[in-house]
Amino acid sequence: MSEHLLSLMTFFPLLGMLVVLMLPKGQDGLLKTVTLVVTLITFVISLPLALDPVFKTSAAMHYTEFVRWISVGDYFRMNYSIGVDGISLWLVILTTFIMPIAVLSTWQAIKKNVKGYMALLLLLETAMLGAFISLDLFLFYIFWELMLIPMYFLIGIWGGANRIYAAVKFFIYTAVGSLLMLVAIIFLYYHAIGTGVCVDGFSIADFYRLGIDPALQKWLFLAFAFSFAIKVPMFPVHTWLPDAHTEAPTAGSVILAAVMLKMGTYGYLRFAMPLFPDALRQFLPMLALLSVIGIIYGALVAMMQKDVKKLVAYSSVSHLGFVMLGLFALNTIGINGAILQMINHGISTGALFLIVGFIYERRHTRLISDFGGLSKQMPVFATIFMIVTLSSIGLPATNGFVGEFLILMGAFESDLRWFAVFATSGVILAAVYMLWMFQRVMYGKLDKPENQVLKDLSVRELCVILPLVVCVFWIGVAPNTFLEKMTPAVNQLIEQVTGEAVAAVSEVVMPSAAPEQAQQH
Amino acid sequence: MENLVQTAMQNVNFAAIMPSLVLACSAMALLLLNAFMKRGATALPCWLSLLALAATAWISIKGWNAAQFGFAGHAALDNYAIFFNLVFVLAAAMTILMSDSYLHREGYPVGEYYPLVLFSTVGAMLMASGTDLMTIFLGLEVLSVSLYVLAGFFRGQLRSNEAGLKYFLLGAFSTGFLLYGMALIYGVTGTTNVADIGVFFSHHRTELSNPLAVGGMLLMATGFLFKIAIAPFHMWTPDVYEGSPTPITAFMSAGPKAAAFAAFMRVFLVGLGTMQDSWVGMLWVLAVLTMVMGNFVAISQTNLKRMLAYSSVAHAGYALVGLVAANEIGISAVLFYMLAYAFMNIGAFAVLVLAGKQGEENLTLQGFAGFGYKRPVLAVLLTICLFSLMGIPPSAGFTGKFYIFAGALNAGYVWLAILGVLNSAVSLYYYLRVMVYMYFREPEEDFSWVQLKPGATLCLVLSVIGVLFLGIVPSGVMALARQALF
Repeated sequence: MSEHLLSLMTFFPLLGMLVVLMLPKGQDGLLKTVTLVVTLITFVISLPLALDPVFKTSAAMHYTEFVRWISVGDYFRMNYSIGVDGISLWLVILTTFIMPIAVLSTWQAIKKNVKGYMALLLLLETAMLGAFISLDLFLFYIFWELMLIPMYFLIGIWGGANRIYAAVKFFIYTAVGSLLMLVAIIFLYYHAIGTGVCVDGFSIADFYRLGIDPALQKWLFLAFAFSFAIKVPMFPVHTWLPDAHTEAPTAGSVILAAVMLKMGTYGYLRFAMPLFPDALRQFLPMLALLSVIGIIYGALVAMMQKDVKKLVAYSSVSHLGFVMLGLFALNTIGINGAILQMINHGISTGALFLIVGFIYERRHTRLISDFGGLSKQMPVFATIFMIVTLSSIGLPATNGFVGEFLILMGAFESDLRWFAVFATSGVILAAVYMLWMFQRVMYGKLDKPENQVLKDLSVRELCVILPLVVCVFWIGVAPNTFLEKMTPAVNQLIEQVTGEAVAAVSEVVMPSAAPEQAQQH
Repeated sequence: MENLVQTAMQNVNFAAIMPSLVLACSAMALLLLNAFMKRGATALPCWLSLLALAATAWISIKGWNAAQFGFAGHAALDNYAIFFNLVFVLAAAMTILMSDSYLHREGYPVGEYYPLVLFSTVGAMLMASGTDLMTIFLGLEVLSVSLYVLAGFFRGQLRSNEAGLKYFLLGAFSTGFLLYGMALIYGVTGTTNVADIGVFFSHHRTELSNPLAVGGMLLMATGFLFKIAIAPFHMWTPDVYEGSPTPITAFMSAGPKAAAFAAFMRVFLVGLGTMQDSWVGMLWVLAVLTMVMGNFVAISQTNLKRMLAYSSVAHAGYALVGLVAANEIGISAVLFYMLAYAFMNIGAFAVLVLAGKQGEENLTLQGFAGFGYKRPVLAVLLTICLFSLMGIPPSAGFTGKFYIFAGALNAGYVWLAILGVLNSAVSLYYYLRVMVYMYFREPEEDFSWVQLKPGATLCLVLSVIGVLFLGIVPSGVMALARQALF
């Protein structure tokens, strides 16, 4: 059982999709229930991973499976090779955790073709999980591309007014990047064969040991980095994101923000950085600069938005800039912080999109100016919105603080000190745009008649949002639950990238995580 | 004289042309049978043709790994020919499957249609088995003449007439080029046997730069590239594809194209392989030009048949990349790609056959608005074919392109591979647009005329199964393609 845990987890949603496709069309309630149950079971299947203590001590891949998949004579081997380590562990859990929430959030919003919607959500889950656990570049590429198809349809069919433009833009942006990566992948494969290093398929572990010529690394790195930068998205290839986020249905936005953007950062962690360490060092200042520009630019543009959803979308650009900066710090604190911030962003921004969805379902508008004084009418909603807003800003005791703090600390300790100085202003700007938006929406006079009859959150909506609120505090108060399991793998990664062994890790991480704990007790 | 006849008879080996022989005889018998039948009364000719194709396929498969040569080196039934034979048979069978209901709808339930498809398949097979320029030319003519008739088959329709005439005039012209090229090569080498030409050039390297040899090579390339529809010799494609009966368009994009590739590769790799330096650069440029022309012009098309015509130009360009690479992976990838393309493109055309009204005026993007809601199953199957044409995994189109670009990269053509994938990216736009109309627009019609005719539906289902099979477990077929190399 346990040796096929990952396969079971990954393909269970696909199985669920087939079931959903076979159900009769008009039975919306049944379709939704089946989908919810499938995603919940998937989450339960993934739980043993989260509880497994092995990740605390071991940086290796666990739960690995290996099946020879495609083999053409003596050239071309591709393997179904999967596994999970401390880096991918929490991203996998995040995915299985967010999916039921996303399904539940669409309970009432989706009326058109529920069957297709649910089937696509399940297909998307399989593709995302598959991408996180692939240990073979070819396999990764397949899942990576497969992810595009359901999201394209989710945006295009169930999206807002400008959905067609957004869907096509999303698809083409991402596909262009990944096609160039495909060329690099094949090139890498032949290079590996040419150098005589034993290569079994497109195994990442084998590719790590290649020691590619720095001049060549540069081009391969650019192809990978470009593809992942689009997905993150980094400035200046971020422009698909506001469109896609704004037009996508709520569940689409939540999944896009919570999981799919992480594919880009994960791609850097797993592929671009460790495969091409020399090239990484060469491009590091430029990439860090782009990250910082992303942080500040995203925040400034977010500030000017009239539409709440667009504001949240631009805030993503800013937050992902932080994540990238943490990665480029290349030390344990920075990368730990970056991975944690990937999770945090999934939770906080996912929650923000859900909140936007709640008010949109009630008022069918997202313009800030259409609201005002909602807190009087919806006190529970106001409380939760406040918590999520503060977590997004990074208030101590919430998850956002831990992540950003670690990232900035990591960056200050690395060569990127000056970048960190500018990045810090992003924290302040985040407080400005988030709180300003919150104030205009929730406080002030309740002067619009439509707003005076709004109902507070229903039980279903509370079920959707409360798990995320719990996580906000959990990570904020006890980040070590998460950090301790990623640290060994992160250290190994740093060793891989910098060539230097990382000593006495736990001592480095604990103090920085301690203040919040102390505060709570 | 008697000696000559005797030698000739000794060299006769009917096993080498058995598949074409069986198919040609069946086609003639079928033609005769038609004379005694009331036109369009039964689907018997359709089923008999399928039977003949099945027999042909079976005979071909039996010869796998047991190459037969015959007619003094004029024809060979080697793995290479067999692989292509199977592609042709598949394309022909799927075409015939979707034809019956289509011909009835369009009002031309005529019996000679099926023998003509079979004859063109015979021609294609001869091209693939031809190891002599003469046999290849013979095959090309049999193939082309049948196709000229088929393209203009709807004699009451102006567009079909235009297609037939245009194809005939330009085709005859290009055949002239081919023949002239063959004559020049014969003049230089003194033989028309492909293998002997190769031997001659490897022994007489000075002849490689002989203007006659280079000219002959260029002229032959022109003839073949015309048939494959490589830019700038692709001009006939859109009009002919649009005007021809839809099943024939599907067939032309898969079968004859593959046949021309088969002969082209055999002549250029075996016969003119030593001349590679003088043709590889040219093909490099033409491959890029073809991909760019096909993809960029396809963007502005609103008629789906025409769009698929341009897309087939682009796909010929991708396949040509494999030939430019001219290594083991590249060539076997071309073989694989021909099969993959047959599946995905014929599948797409099968949906057009099913969704068309009489006269097919509705095969525009606008005409497909909301198709996904009214005909969800057909739309999903078309979507799978389109994703495969884009090259999105896990589909035959993806693995095919993957192998082709792998071949190019292995041979060191990095830029060609990059330009190829960028072209794939361009192609996303117009394939996605079909889906935009099918799924993202509100239906304007109820598509009540769309009936799931058994033949075309079977063809479509087979295509989609093929697309997914080659996409998920390509190893077996790729291994066969590899064994099929000469």
